[in-house]
Amino acid sequence: MSIFINKKTKVVVQGITGRDGSFHATQMKKYGTDVVAGVTPGKGGTKMSGIPVFESVAEAVKATKANTSVIYVPPPFAIDAIYEAADAGVSLIVCITEGVPANDMMKVYKYTKHRGIRLIGPNCPGLISTDQSKVGIMPGNICIKGSVGVVSRSGTLTYEAIWALTCAGMGQTTCIGIGGDQIIGTNFIDTLQAFENDKETKAVVMIGEIGGSDEEEAAKFIKKHMTKPVVGFIAGRTAPPGKRMGHAGAIISGGTGTAEEKVKALEAAGIPVAASPTQLPILLKEKMDELKKKAKTSKKMVMKKTSKPMKKVAAKKGVKKSAAKKKK
Amino acid sequence: MKIHEYQAKELFLQAGMPVPSGEIATNVADAVSIAESIGRPVMVKAQVHVGGRGKAGGVKYAENVEAVRVWAQKILGMDIKGLTVKKILITEAVEIVTECYVGIILDRVTKCPVIMVSAAGGIDIEEVAANTPEKIHKLAVDPILGLKDYQARELASKLYKDIKLVRQAAKIISQLYDVYWMSDASLVEINPLITTPDGKVLAIDAKLNVDDNALYRRKAIAEMRDLDAENPAEVEAREGDLSFVKLDGNIGCIVNGAGLAMATMDLVKYYGGEPANFLDIGGSSNPQKVLTAMRIILSDPNIRSVLINIFGGITRCDDVATGIVLAYEELKPEVPIVVRLTGTNEAQARKILKQVNLKSADTLDNVVKEAIRLAKLDEIG
Repeated sequence: MSIFINKKTKVVVQGITGRDGSFHATQMKKYGTDVVAGVTPGKGGTKMSGIPVFESVAEAVKATKANTSVIYVPPPFAIDAIYEAADAGVSLIVCITEGVPANDMMKVYKYTKHRGIRLIGPNCPGLISTDQSKVGIMPGNICIKGSVGVVSRSGTLTYEAIWALTCAGMGQTTCIGIGGDQIIGTNFIDTLQAFENDKETKAVVMIGEIGGSDEEEAAKFIKKHMTKPVVGFIAGRTAPPGKRMGHAGAIISGGTGTAEEKVKALEAAGIPVAASPTQLPILLKEKMDELKKKAKTSKKMVMKKTSKPMKKVAAKKGVKKSAAKKKK
Repeated sequence: MKIHEYQAKELFLQAGMPVPSGEIATNVADAVSIAESIGRPVMVKAQVHVGGRGKAGGVKYAENVEAVRVWAQKILGMDIKGLTVKKILITEAVEIVTECYVGIILDRVTKCPVIMVSAAGGIDIEEVAANTPEKIHKLAVDPILGLKDYQARELASKLYKDIKLVRQAAKIISQLYDVYWMSDASLVEINPLITTPDGKVLAIDAKLNVDDNALYRRKAIAEMRDLDAENPAEVEAREGDLSFVKLDGNIGCIVNGAGLAMATMDLVKYYGGEPANFLDIGGSSNPQKVLTAMRIILSDPNIRSVLINIFGGITRCDDVATGIVLAYEELKPEVPIVVRLTGTNEAQARKILKQVNLKSADTLDNVVKEAIRLAKLDEIG
């Protein structure tokens, strides 16, 4: 199992004849993704590395039954590409393009949401469901199959985290980069909910950064709705206020969106926060061991008729542990 | 991108909004002649990209031409929160009866433009927002449908009782909403929106931030960029297509990807060092970019060591390595450099780097620790 993409994902690549589009279409195919079509207006009828190219997404969908679109077109055309994919009837749109105007995104967000289409990105690396499908630009060779879900607002930082997990022998179900812009299609909560519902995912790594309040909202959600262990990392503890740190969304404005607040919110929800991405597997293992112990004791407790108070104690323990880590 | 008050007012005027007349001056003589042509008392207002100009003494009332001369002299060249005033706006002074606030921001939570109005406008609006948030009225506007007249009227009625004032303010709110879209803003503000004794509503201040991602299609606004108001290294970085933010430390950082660049800075601090900058060379790995990055970083006299951290995905490590060699030959750096390259074409990169004498590290944590050690050695030696 996995989330959002799997063996049944049939991909149409918008902008397949461009520099990035052609390279990554080939890479996706190599990974095992079912890349069924490409689209570049004016180049319909041709082929790119054996992939048929169409004039429009509608034509491509009609001919190949593609259900997912991935967008590599330049920023001035990316919004139009999303509308085109939405109107052509795909159920998932992954927009890799960086530099899309935020006001346009607000409109297309409402448009796709209203039609029940999942939009991931823009300005994101896409996603990989290990050994099944890769949509986007993540390097497939750093992932191994396993039971950890990874969700992140970043690109290369996500790779770093995945690599740390892989090196520790902790494989992944799905790794997803949701994008670094202010307005994005799929957020932490949407993804966490999907991981919670996914049978194969046993634990989640969540990587946030400064700007906005998505991490704080996610922390509340995790505390309330998630049974699976989550560990986190927040980038931007040293970022100065009022400066855009590369990503359009990574900015501390009006004193809100600081790393400190986010770390505090996560820790308050019982989510250990790593100081370095390399610590993520260690924290995850601790958290899973803790839950196993809790499960054992609560089983015993169930026999003694009560299990509830144990939960609270365990959650508090988590907070203390990660706080001690920070001081170090 | 931020633009100045006088530039935002130009956009307001184009949208038909009522703004007092004024002109920009860069020297005292011009300031005086603008004041003479206005022929009435004026305000002398510093044009810098920072809030709280008034409290810092950068906004003054001038009764007559002599006073304009005095204040222009004082304000031009003044330092406001680290920025030097190079331009002043000379604008007609108006008598103020009430001060309100009107703003529109790009809201990440609702994913809509949110209009905020408050009858408690003026220089203390931030405190009003923090201490008495109930005094700020908000409306999230559906970005597809746009702002309806009745919505603008409802917002305006939170500001005034008199229907004549409500009508004027409603029109201004609608016009401001148009400015927001026409300029691809992420924030527009009127603070204060005032009423005069003869019952007119006027925007006497203006603030506007534009979405950098939309500048490609807003050429006129892109040309408003004031290079004087920015850090020169940040300007060079932008021209070289790099994301760069200057910090106060002594360890230069070159990283690919914004998140990883932030995480690398954070780790420098975590292990006891001080990062000198945030620098993201971006996704594609043009060797020229690495050279530009090195030039920017090495031009900072505080630098004691440089760390390069690359996790190759689309970025190819061999390209980065070529850039590093290029930078070595061209810039002949004297500070120690430590490199960690991992991912795509890592082996080729290692071969290329053998041409130059630099330290390498295998992991994120180790490259950071090594850079800190080298910076400290350099300080002692």
